[in-house]
Amino acid sequence: MSYKPANELRKEAQCLLDEYLPKVSTLKVKERQKIPAQEMPVQDPEIRSHNMAEVALGYSFEQARIEAMRCLQCAKKNCMEGCPVKIDIPRFIDHIAKGEVEQAIAVVKETTLLPAVCGRVCPQEKQCQLYCTLGKSLKDIDRSVAIGRLERFVADWERIHNKTVIPFVKPATGKKVAVIGSGPAGLVAAADCRREGHHVTIFEAFHKLGGVLRYGIPEFRLPNDIIDKEIETLKAMGVEIKTNFVVGRTRKLTDLVEKDGYDAVFVGTGAGLPIFMGIEGENLVGVFSANEYLTRANLMKAFDRKADTPMYPSKNVVVLGGGNVAMDASRMARRLGAEKVYVVYRRSENEMPARKEEVLHAKEEGVDFLLLRNANRILGDEQGRVKGIECLRYELGEPDASGRRSPVVIPGSEFVLEADTVIVAVGNGSNPLISQTTPQLAVSRRGNIMVDETQKTSMDKIFAGGDIVLGAATVILAMGEGRKAAGAINTMLAGIPGQMLQ
Amino acid sequence: MNDILYKQQLSQDVFLMRLHAPLIAEERQAGQFIILQTDEDLGERIPLTIADADTVEGTITIIFQVVGKTTRHLATFEPGDELPALVGPLGKPTHIENFGRVICVGGGIGVAPLHPIAQALKKAGNHVTIITGARTRELIILEKEMKAIADELIICTDDGSYGRKGLVTAPLKELCERGSKPSMVIAIGPPVMMKFCSEATRPYNVFTQVSLNTIMVDGTGMCGGCRVNVGKEVKFVCVDGPEFDGHLVDFDNMISRLNAYKEIERRHYKCFVEKAFSDKEQEVRI
Repeated sequence: MSYKPANELRKEAQCLLDEYLPKVSTLKVKERQKIPAQEMPVQDPEIRSHNMAEVALGYSFEQARIEAMRCLQCAKKNCMEGCPVKIDIPRFIDHIAKGEVEQAIAVVKETTLLPAVCGRVCPQEKQCQLYCTLGKSLKDIDRSVAIGRLERFVADWERIHNKTVIPFVKPATGKKVAVIGSGPAGLVAAADCRREGHHVTIFEAFHKLGGVLRYGIPEFRLPNDIIDKEIETLKAMGVEIKTNFVVGRTRKLTDLVEKDGYDAVFVGTGAGLPIFMGIEGENLVGVFSANEYLTRANLMKAFDRKADTPMYPSKNVVVLGGGNVAMDASRMARRLGAEKVYVVYRRSENEMPARKEEVLHAKEEGVDFLLLRNANRILGDEQGRVKGIECLRYELGEPDASGRRSPVVIPGSEFVLEADTVIVAVGNGSNPLISQTTPQLAVSRRGNIMVDETQKTSMDKIFAGGDIVLGAATVILAMGEGRKAAGAINTMLAGIPGQMLQ
Repeated sequence: MNDILYKQQLSQDVFLMRLHAPLIAEERQAGQFIILQTDEDLGERIPLTIADADTVEGTITIIFQVVGKTTRHLATFEPGDELPALVGPLGKPTHIENFGRVICVGGGIGVAPLHPIAQALKKAGNHVTIITGARTRELIILEKEMKAIADELIICTDDGSYGRKGLVTAPLKELCERGSKPSMVIAIGPPVMMKFCSEATRPYNVFTQVSLNTIMVDGTGMCGGCRVNVGKEVKFVCVDGPEFDGHLVDFDNMISRLNAYKEIERRHYKCFVEKAFSDKEQEVRI
């Protein structure tokens, strides 16, 4: 596909709009199927692999309306089946088609708190867009209605036009809720509990809010401004925020309830514990977890020459893993000046857990994919620094428990890649800090906090959700858990008589 | 919060600061550390051990040596200034009990984190011998405080300008050779010193605990930048440590990891000092 700049895409959409607008109310299914799917305008790959600005630029109003007209407005809303927060998708899209953006965003916000985030990072191709009737009828999921892009469009429109509505907060109940962690689960839980009129405090270990949205997902995929705006809204709702506060260390979890008078606690501390491969040479200088690499670059702003946090100078980078984090790390490495970036993944592209779009973007930005290969050991020089990586070739065997065909090593297939940096992006375990310091909290063998169907933990008044419960999952699932927990907390607190806040 | 209440220069490059941090003061135990930033937006996060705390006043004491840009910047903070970011206490506390006869070895600035541990060990009923070492007399810190705790205090200087001439490993070996073997040794200081203390006690099979200060970003187990080889295992200093069995730590790997950013750090430091210098010149001109 050749690169088309945003203004060209907008002009094309304008022509289509001129053609379709007069007959929009009478469009037949066949005609709607023929409306061209709108391409997401992006920064030129040549340019963007040297800057941190967002890659996807977002639909123009014209493109959004054309894309919205493709929606068949099915009576049975299959797309909603695939949405973890059950947004009324056809209804908000219908508003866009009619040019009523303000009404569209209002529909989206009935059920979701962070549409600007979800529109960008949700795996829509595995959720709403997978169920889209249009995509099915065209036998091409890539031609489903671009629901995620439309969600992003309305959310961005609201932000850019300063139309953000601060959610209504009920009168103070006098009850206190502590939210631990300010990632997607915590932000949603905080908002939902605050809406009920409870006093909500967010405790964040870092100096800035947002959790994985801030330290993990890079600026070029999710700009910090968007996270800042969401946090501003929470503050405007009256949510209290305490940064540089590690619950478990600065204060015990139980102390929040027993000494500080919190009536309920939501634990959303995420899956922050990097998994390494356990291969030789993994502690050499120049080997990083993706968490460390991305945190330095994102949260600590190491891409900024004025920042104090150093970034390891890399020429040849090898990223191990095939998920979205591996894509983020490899694309970040390109932006930080690496000349050669390889992604080494042990299965084939079909089995890659990363979103197709991210893989495509990485390729466009010059990242090379070495598929059906895996690291065997990392080689170091006499100063203990990485000088290369020995890999093995694999072939695909029988499907494993996950349904993916499992890779089988080809004996004697060793080869060496020259590299000065290795980034390990093979997943995250659950962070042990809360469970270590709260022995009475029930956790699974893998360290995930165990909860019932209302997200309640084994301890009274303590709820949990997001990756600390699910293991490494997605932003939207974490948000869904935050919402469910907040619902349960609100129900629980409705049963307790209020006490006056000092 | 985080206000600097008191500042004292202990030697040319070593400073003591008392900070208002009531929550940290309340929770902290011997062996734990904090992470701070001198600039919330562009600053780096550096770990520093808590040298002392006062729960009544709600203060903690840090002692640091100027080695790079952030510590140089920190040294310019004065009483009344506020630290932009301070988080803690982090790490697992030192396991304290009555072990019997304990030798505490502190090298250079390592005497600061050793202080609360020696204090706690003494309080638990141990016989505490303290060995402190420094390059020269001028760099010896906390002598008075250590004297107050120690059953026996041995001070060494590399140049012989004060106390015994030589390295801390010499009296450490002698103490291991004495009739009754020490129950354990705690060594805190520069990595090379901890490495040689561990080597010194290895032949005598005396358990030697070291406190590691590796490069960290978050300090809560999320980044893994602080990982070290301990025996056959990989451990995170921030959540599994900072204290480990010195006989099992791969010090050579740890030292090379500590030097990962040396060049960049040197550049940042140089820029900062030069800028401070030219700012001062500007001021003088105005």
